[in-house]
Amino acid sequence: MLEGYRGKAYEILSKLNIEVGDLIEVRKGDMVIKGILLPSYSKDEKIIVIKLDNGYNVGLSIENLSEIKLLAKASKKIITSEEISPKKGKSEVKIISTGGTIVSKVEYETGAVRPALTTEEIIQFLPEINEIANIEAEILFSILSENMKPEYWVKIAEAVKRAFDEGNNGVIIAHGTDTMSYTAAALAFSLQSLQGPVVLVGSQRSSDRPSSDSAINLLSSVILAKYAPFGEVVVNMHAESSDTYTLAHRGVKVRKMHSSRRDAFQSINDKPLAKIFWKERKIIINRDDYIKRKEETKLDSKFDERVFLLYYYPGLKSEILEFIISNFKIRGMIIAGTGLGHTSSEYVEIFRKATKDGIFVGMTTQCLFGRVNMNVYTTGRQLLDAGVTPLEDMLPEVALVKLMWVLAHEDDLEKIKQIMTTNLVGEINMRHSLDLFPRWSHE
Amino acid sequence: MSSDDLDYEKLGLRVGLEIHQQLNTSHKLFCNCRTVLEDEYKMTLERYLRPSISELGEVDIAALFEWKKGRKYIYRISTNSSCNVEADEEPPHPINDEALKIAIAIAMALKSTIVDEIYVMRKIVIDGSNTSGFQRTAIVALGGILEDEGVTIQTIAVEEDAARKISEDPEQVTYSLDRLGIPLIEISTGPDIKSPEQAERVALKIGQLLRMTGKVKRGIGTIRQDLNVSIRGGTKIEIKGVQKLELIPLIVKYEAMRQLNLLKIKEELNRRGLTKEQIISNYIVKDLTEIFKNTKSKIVKNGIEKGSLVYGIKIYKFKGIFGWELVPKRRFGTEVADYVRALAGLGGLFHSDELPNYGITEEEVNKVREALNVSEYDAFVLIVGEKEKLEKAIETIKDRVLMALDGVPKETRGALDDGTTKFLRPQPGAARMYPETDIPPRIVDEKLLEEARKLVPESPEIKIKKYMSLGLSEELAKEIIRDPRLDLFEDLVNKYSPKVPPSIIASTITNTLKYVKSKGGDISRISDDDIEQIIKNLYDGKISKDSITEILLEYTLNKDLSIIDVISKYEILSNDEIEKIIDEVIKTNMDEITKRREKAFNIIMSKVMGKVKGKADGRIVAELIKSKLKNLLE
Repeated sequence: MLEGYRGKAYEILSKLNIEVGDLIEVRKGDMVIKGILLPSYSKDEKIIVIKLDNGYNVGLSIENLSEIKLLAKASKKIITSEEISPKKGKSEVKIISTGGTIVSKVEYETGAVRPALTTEEIIQFLPEINEIANIEAEILFSILSENMKPEYWVKIAEAVKRAFDEGNNGVIIAHGTDTMSYTAAALAFSLQSLQGPVVLVGSQRSSDRPSSDSAINLLSSVILAKYAPFGEVVVNMHAESSDTYTLAHRGVKVRKMHSSRRDAFQSINDKPLAKIFWKERKIIINRDDYIKRKEETKLDSKFDERVFLLYYYPGLKSEILEFIISNFKIRGMIIAGTGLGHTSSEYVEIFRKATKDGIFVGMTTQCLFGRVNMNVYTTGRQLLDAGVTPLEDMLPEVALVKLMWVLAHEDDLEKIKQIMTTNLVGEINMRHSLDLFPRWSHE
Repeated sequence: MSSDDLDYEKLGLRVGLEIHQQLNTSHKLFCNCRTVLEDEYKMTLERYLRPSISELGEVDIAALFEWKKGRKYIYRISTNSSCNVEADEEPPHPINDEALKIAIAIAMALKSTIVDEIYVMRKIVIDGSNTSGFQRTAIVALGGILEDEGVTIQTIAVEEDAARKISEDPEQVTYSLDRLGIPLIEISTGPDIKSPEQAERVALKIGQLLRMTGKVKRGIGTIRQDLNVSIRGGTKIEIKGVQKLELIPLIVKYEAMRQLNLLKIKEELNRRGLTKEQIISNYIVKDLTEIFKNTKSKIVKNGIEKGSLVYGIKIYKFKGIFGWELVPKRRFGTEVADYVRALAGLGGLFHSDELPNYGITEEEVNKVREALNVSEYDAFVLIVGEKEKLEKAIETIKDRVLMALDGVPKETRGALDDGTTKFLRPQPGAARMYPETDIPPRIVDEKLLEEARKLVPESPEIKIKKYMSLGLSEELAKEIIRDPRLDLFEDLVNKYSPKVPPSIIASTITNTLKYVKSKGGDISRISDDDIEQIIKNLYDGKISKDSITEILLEYTLNKDLSIIDVISKYEILSNDEIEKIIDEVIKTNMDEITKRREKAFNIIMSKVMGKVKGKADGRIVAELIKSKLKNLLE
């Protein structure tokens, strides 16, 4: 195998019967360099990558080497590991992996990072779990979060239902963070009656590094899944940059608000349901209006993908909008409008036509914080008159996922409007107190 | 063991150096923060680190060691010198080309082979000194030689400096993030150094080469030497954190001596026919708290009052070993105590070779011997502490005692101020590096090489010749070459010579500072800017060269005054002012003048110079006095 190699380097290496993992010796000028050939991850096809015996990798151009020698073929390592077995007994918490690397192993020899997803591997990574709950892991699929699709939401929802039917106290879903809040919303609408918490968890620092947030996030998720009193879909991630505690955010009110920080996930227009202190193994319930665990888990997971999320901007061409509506046969549209819920008044007639044709048009705000109110300005009133539905304080993405779910269940526009404006699982918060807005630093 | 000079050749001494030097780049290695230390912070972070599992299920031994301590790390978020990257909250930016150029330039000067593509690696370090749990490091060049010493270079790497440790206790360590990410160049030599003195010389020469790029930082902590020392039959021991060059020979000597004595202990234990199995099967541990219930030993008594227990451990056939002096003030017992401190968190231990002492009586010692069934050939150890720590200590002591049969255990040791070293941690395995996938490999292209070539330092010989042509004596030229402020010298010569002769700049930096220090001045107070201020005032004709020493003395002895304040006190007097002083001196010394006539000049001169205190050029004063005397005597 000459993984990653191409062009000249590939040609020379394969002629010499050298493969990745072999011990080779090369000469550059006076210098003799010995090491293990690694897969190439260079953009330059002349570069070969060698791991020296001090652990460093270096790249050498095949053109600068006067000699390349195969010293020894790769030896197959016997994998021996100290086995820490999962606790025996009936599973209490089910961990469903969908991708991302909440748990991973590093192969120091090649530098490869491989997800570790079996029950045994998870326990080996985080032996403390044995002190909390019996777990069972299931690898549902392994896809990057940005490649997530509504059809996968359905599969995850079905797996959650199975896990509760099997008698688990709670379910953990290991998920990439990029689209985690979309999946959370999809599960929340699909599973409106739950026997226990469904905890989505991920990591912002990959789990192959000692500073990863994954261990604390996962550990506190196990605590939460087993003991939390609610039957809700939540996202459980670091609350602060420090490793102090995690927050269980309501799945329909949470958003990834930073591209890289550990505490990227924050509740918007809402307060988190609970704080989880991993060290003390303690849950502090933050509010009493959570949805309680139900007797039975009911699954109703259907999504209609004929929708569109329009992020309005000054100068948006109305032709684009008309093209999308007519060509893609969409059944509904969510607008992330400006301020209290506006677009330019130029679009009023397009929206009037769309709603007349039975297309749902819902308004949210690109401010994210706060509620839409289309009665304040003329344009808002015109849009209302054109049939646009204000969606209170729903986040644009949550409104979109909800619309997909509603459209899969209803045809009648008035019914659709009514469900879209009804609070089903906490996605609409009718009361905003002053402290629901973050304080930014002004120093 | 006498501390007479050792025959290093016979011992087979081998020393390698690892030199870490901070680079003076405009920003850090993987982010855009400035490379300046700063005490100001407004926020802190609390973090924990845990080792990741490798493919083989093995956790690096050094990493595991730190993890088991279960420590909390607190990071001070330096306000201006750290960002999300240091806080491990943002992926690293691409590697800083400026740092690469400097490293490549050094590689060129050392005739190293530069790699064609640079790969940044993650080296697992989980003592908290890196927020990520690894240090980012990349090899830039391989091989090379320090020619006049015949010492080979193994690798030249650039890496990020670690966070700055502020304080430490068993539960938590506090670091500042200001230093994290400052680029370092790491130069590792082969184990070719054969004597303690050569080790210092090599460190000095490499340091000099680095400074001659004009691109490195200066001052305490900006250059750190690690030593790898072994003797024949011994083990390669890593000694970390040597900051003072002068200490290197002593550290090497002591380490050679330590290894030699550990080998002698091994020999002695063999002579006694001792085996590991015997030690293990005779390793008797007992709770002896009862014996010390009414002890007069304060340490033990205080411990028991706080609920500690006293354990005794019999060490079979070990009499005399614990008291064996390895290097001055450090015995085998000290080595074992270091392990107990580092690995079990106990304060230390007592051993039979030093008892009775520390308030522990003969009677108590006899009771311990009896309880543990200690014969005249055996040794025993007493440890005091909480049960949990004692349990750990029992294992730790056993492990270290068993290692004595093998000779010198593989360790990373820390340098102490008196030249001795202490155990820090077991040496890390090699399997703790993997690629930093957040940073793309950097091709070493012609443009990068071209720019690096401009930074290659001239050899010291060429520099000395150049400085001599500027008017420095050979001695002064050699002195300035060795001085850490070499780049300041070059900078000031560029700006202020020939009006200010380079020899004055050089002697101010070297001899004058030495003189000021010998007179008790605190020369750590003198910054580069201070020196530049003085040279600039000299250039502007505001002060005389004769006042430089006085200014620096006053500045370093009187901490309330700024350099500007001091300089203004030494501003050159106008000729009118000088004449006024001369007239006054002449007036009060008329008797002498009439008596000695022209010969009175010396008296007048010294009195006037005493009054102007360097605020006038001596030649001008002399001329004025001469002409005045002449007028007066005519």
